[in-house]
This record gives sequence, structure tokens and C-alpha cells, in this order.
Amino acid sequence: MGETLTEFASREGTQTPAAAREGATPLALWLKLLSAGPIVILVILIAVLSLVSPPFLTPRNISNILAQTAVIAVVAMGQHLVILTRGIDLSVGANLALATVMGALCYKATGSGELTILAMLASGAVVGAINGSVYVFGRLPHPFVITLATLSIAKGLALQLADGRAMPGMPEVITFIGGDSVLGMPVSFFVVATVAGLILLMAKRLVWGRWTYAVGGKPEAAVRMGIPVRGVLISTYVIAGLCAGVGAVILAGRTDAGSPLFGNLLELDTIAAVIIGGASFLGGRGHIGHALIGAVMIGVIRNALNLLNVGIFFQLIAIGVVIVIAVEADVLRNHLESRVRTLRAARLA
Amino acid sequence: MSNEIVLEVRNATKRFGPVLALDSINLTARRGEVLALLGDNGAGKSTLIKCISGVHQFDAGEIVLDGIMSPIKSPADARSAGIETVYQDLALFDNLTPAQNFYAGRELSGPRWLPMGLRFLNTREMDRRTADVLDRLKVVLPKRDATVALMSGGQRQAVAVARASVFARKVVILDEPTAALGLRESRKVLDLVAQLRDEGNAVILITHNMEHVTELASRAMVLRQGRKVGEIVPTKSNQQELVSMIVGAATADQFVQPDRAG
Repeated sequence: MGETLTEFASREGTQTPAAAREGATPLALWLKLLSAGPIVILVILIAVLSLVSPPFLTPRNISNILAQTAVIAVVAMGQHLVILTRGIDLSVGANLALATVMGALCYKATGSGELTILAMLASGAVVGAINGSVYVFGRLPHPFVITLATLSIAKGLALQLADGRAMPGMPEVITFIGGDSVLGMPVSFFVVATVAGLILLMAKRLVWGRWTYAVGGKPEAAVRMGIPVRGVLISTYVIAGLCAGVGAVILAGRTDAGSPLFGNLLELDTIAAVIIGGASFLGGRGHIGHALIGAVMIGVIRNALNLLNVGIFFQLIAIGVVIVIAVEADVLRNHLESRVRTLRAARLA
Repeated sequence: MSNEIVLEVRNATKRFGPVLALDSINLTARRGEVLALLGDNGAGKSTLIKCISGVHQFDAGEIVLDGIMSPIKSPADARSAGIETVYQDLALFDNLTPAQNFYAGRELSGPRWLPMGLRFLNTREMDRRTADVLDRLKVVLPKRDATVALMSGGQRQAVAVARASVFARKVVILDEPTAALGLRESRKVLDLVAQLRDEGNAVILITHNMEHVTELASRAMVLRQGRKVGEIVPTKSNQQELVSMIVGAATADQFVQPDRAG
């Protein structure tokens, strides 16, 4: 027995690297290319745009893009966690709108900037907690319906509370966060960077992050391995809600107002950012960089089309087309991976 | 090798609605021994092992581990009691590396005063220990820090069995570990199973392959329609008898044997 084992091991040991070198290389190359795709496309996009439109690559315009992208970026990071666990959060836009209204009401009542920020964050987190709890404890097959419901509820509540109108006036802290610049960079850029750093730390260094990837990779297996799947799921929706709250602070600051009309189609933008950035729509794969790259790409496309005087209607079409391409890239990647797998199995059998 | 009884299941009964999935089943597993669990599809094998590994619970009956009554209410209970299960569908995470798969749900982490989810991963230690285990079991993988998504069926099965071997202190349950594997890969997995046995685990092996049963198992227990229809020492000569028990063709044996075993 010992003999067959060592013999087997040595035989396999000599074959495996060779097999891997021969068969999988072109496929593996394609896989590498696909995973690098979004950032390559972004670089090409920026290069082409700076040639076509001279004002594009000016410091002022770049600062502009970053400020415009901040809201999408921060909310997309929360969306990314939800998508990582095979979910979706359609309520982020309405959630953000409600948070700005809550903030405006709080500011009116208390006059405190800190409390106003807290109110926005809390409002976002509560909507997220409702999403997660109803999804998990209501035993829904998919979070689509509950987040669609909270989209409607949050939007209606925001309209009701604000009487259908924007509520101008935000405390100085908030207009500073949303509208000012430090060291030539918009303050919101630093907010996005901080949130990104925090989520990156949580996803890569904490047990929670490992569990999040495990739940996204194979939920049934996560249950069997004793991972608290329900808690993990709820936490991702709460964080997505919190991110919507942070987005609310930035947007309210930039516009110096709270409004129930904010955040329209933000769910589309954030989902698009995550997918365009290269995270898998099938769950389990992706990192914070994907959400950020995707958000910047959307910001760049919007900005460029503005500079080139292309209408807003066409922007929607362009982003839709990009989403289709990105999703197909994800499908192609999965297909290539299964090809690599069968090839390896055939060579070793 | 001590052949003490490590796991005993007594009078286990399980119903799914009107269906009696398990009907007073008795089972004993000893250290350093492979017990083959045989039966046709729907015979109750999977239900039985799912109850032992905490996925389901028996309606009636008891589980005794090392002589102590041990109610197993969840997969976590089973694992902390030293029972590891390699499921048919592997329960591997495609998007994680072997080391991440090994420690999924029981990550080495700290500081200990924090709730588990908020602790920091001890990645280096988990990688190191995983590498040690893979070396010890002579599992050859193309790349140890790559996700298991790109590994062949045999390599994935080897990772799953190796994972069980790290944490099992008493019982390892394997549900058709060689199904869907080629000859060479099956061989490798069977060698791993033998190694688990030799390391002093009680191994419970579900399989449809009679060759594997005679090669590895000290005893074979046959279930049919939720009942235990026999338990024999499998040899080359009584393979036919085993097959008859499984499909229920040997009517004489079938009605004589049920009470004798158990």
C-alpha cells in the first residue's frame, strides 16, 4: 500500500506541471485577460478621451469626475457586498433619498450637524436591516422582491415626509463633506477612500469577510460548515444601507438640500458599476476595486459624453450596452474555467 | 490498533411526513475500521449520515459517542464532537483556496475576546497547516494558493477528504467519494480513505462499488427502504450475496437476516 501511494504520487507529481503547462496555458491566458479587462478598458477609455477632448484630462475636470462619481462609488461598494452574497439591493436609491429627507428633518429640529449625519446613516442602516431581516427570516427565495418593496416604501415615505419637495439647507459639516475640496481633491474623494479602506479590511482580514465570500460561493455548503449564514446576509444589507447613508451625506452636502427626488436610478448605476467593474453577478467573486473601477468608468463615460455634447438619453443607452458586455464577459469567464477543469481532469485520469 | 467502539446509533427512526425514512436502525463504528454503508437509492443511507452529521435530527433513537449520549442538533455539534463528513456534492467553495476551504467556518483567528466574525484571520498559520496536511497525505495540486474552481474532480475530492482528515478526531463519513471519478483518481481517494482509517478514525463509507467495499471495509451494513436488512463481513466470495441484499432479490436471506443483525 505504501508503495503504490508513493509511486502514484511521484507519477502524478511529474505529470501535473507538464499537463498544466501544455493544455491550460492559452485558456489561462484568456482568463487573466478577462480579469484584467475592466481596468485595461478604463485606461484605454481615458487615453482615447483625452485625445478626442482636450478638456477631459485637466485637473479641474478630473476633480469634477471624482466628485460626481463619489455617490455612485460609495453606494456601489455596499451593493458589491450584497451581490457578492448572490443578492441584489434595488432600494439603495430610495434609501438614499429617504436618508437625505431624514437628515433635513433632523437638522430642522436640532440644528446639529453631527446629529444630522447620524440621522442619515441610521436611516440608511435601518432600511438595510429591514431588507436583510425580511429576506432571511421571511424565507424569501431572492432579495429582489423585498428590496423592490422597500424601494417603493422608502420613496413614498420620503415624498410624504418632505411633502414632495426638496428641503434646502444643510449644516456646514455636510456641505463641507459634499462640496468642498482639500489639497485639490474633493472631500468626498477622501470619504470614499476611507469607506473603501474599511470595507477592504473587513473583507480581506476579518473572519466576517471570509464568511461573506463563502456564503456567496456556495450557500448550502456554508450552512453545513457551520457559518452563520443568516447573520452574514443581514450584515451585508445593513452595510449596503449604511453606504446609502454615506452617499446621502455626500449628495445632500453637494446640493445643500435633502430631497425625496434624489437617487433616481441609483440602483441601476450601482449594480452596473459592480458588474462593469468585473465582479461576478453569480456571487462569490469580486472585490472592492471592481465597484470602484466600475463607478469611475460610469463617471468617465457620463463626463465624456457631456464634454462631447452627447445627450443624456444616449448616456443611458451607452451604459446599458456596457452592462451587457460586462455580463457576457462574466459568463465567458465561467465557461473558460469549466473548460480548464475538464481539460485537467482528462489529462490526469 | 484499538478497535474500541467510538460511535453507536441506537434505534434511530426518522420520518419525512408519511414516509418512514429510517426504521429503528442500529449502527456501530469502531476506531481503525471502515464500515461500508450499502443500499439502493432511497434506502436511507444519506438520511442516516445526515442525521449523524447534524444536518437532520432523528425523530427517535440516540447517538452515543465514546459511551456518552450525545445529542447532535447541528452540523457544528457534530464537528465539535469530532465527526467529519465528506458530502457527495463536496461542500467545497469554488471561489476559495484549499486552505480557505479547510478552515471555512472554523478559521484560525484572534483576538479571542471578540465575537468570531469580527476576529482577524490568521492566514499564515492556516496556509502552513494546510500545506503540512496536503504533504502528509501526498495530495498533489497544480497550485495550492489557487481557488479550487480550476481543479479536477479528483483533486477537489482529495481536498475535501484531506479537510475531513484534519478535523476528524473520531468519525469520518464519506458519501460516495469516488462517484464521478476516473480510475486513477478513485485509487488516490481510496488510498486517502485507508490512511484516515489507519490514523485511528472510524470511517463510514457509502459507495455503490463492491470492489471498494471488499477492499476496504471490515463490515458492510445494508439498508433497504429504511430498514437494516443485514450486516456481514464483505469478502470476494460474498459480493453476490451483498448485491442481492441491496436489491432485495435474495428473499430468503432478506427475511432471516434483519433481526439477527443489530
